[in-house]
Amino acid sequence: MANTYEAIATVTVGSGGAADIQFTSIAADWTDLCLKVSARNTSSGDYILLSFNGSSSSFTQRAIYGNGTTAASFSDAPRYGGAIDTSSQTASTFGNVEIYIPNYAGSSNKSHSIDSVMENNGTTAYTNLNAGLWSNAAAITSITLAPSANNFAQYSTATLYGIKNS
Amino acid sequence: MTHKLIVDCSTGVTTEVELTAEEIAQREADAVAFAEIKAAEEAAAQAKADAKASAQAKLAALGLTADEIAALN
Repeated sequence: MANTYEAIATVTVGSGGAADIQFTSIAADWTDLCLKVSARNTSSGDYILLSFNGSSSSFTQRAIYGNGTTAASFSDAPRYGGAIDTSSQTASTFGNVEIYIPNYAGSSNKSHSIDSVMENNGTTAYTNLNAGLWSNAAAITSITLAPSANNFAQYSTATLYGIKNS
Repeated sequence: MTHKLIVDCSTGVTTEVELTAEEIAQREADAVAFAEIKAAEEAAAQAKADAKASAQAKLAALGLTADEIAALN
């Protein structure tokens, strides 16, 4: 990892699970943001939903995926934030997600890219590459990660990094 | 259990907070949307599998062997 990465904050979900994870009061001290997430759902809900600054509107996305038998694309999950494991995957395994947000504090609409993969000792596990856009010119000061249904399981973790351009 | 974890990046402090009624409503709407997306994905996958099986059956009826049909995949 480049030495311009700085860990801003990290969180680990406790024994009760969590409905969502919010990073708030994000300063404009860096050029880009990067979220590294290791997560599992307590039940169904195999992807993360993103919100910026508490907004769940004005999101669009395009993604390609493969799952061991099929490769395809989708665009019908506007706030898509990466694939995670559910209770259907091997016990105690977690999906891995990287969300990269360039120019998060700028005055243009906010693009982001996502690279994610499930972990599963079975024939099916999804890997996704996603391009997303939040059509809002506000600087991003908070990020919310929520499972597409149900809750994040214990030991799910998320770390927010700030990246400078020098 | 409907609480969220809030990480204040200016202090590094994490707090556990109950969801508001608005957030619970958003979660319920998200869950409905998720179910709709999954149902559409499953229907599309089933339609594709059905079309593939139909095409293979028609090719077999024309006299192609299983190996010849597999070679077309």
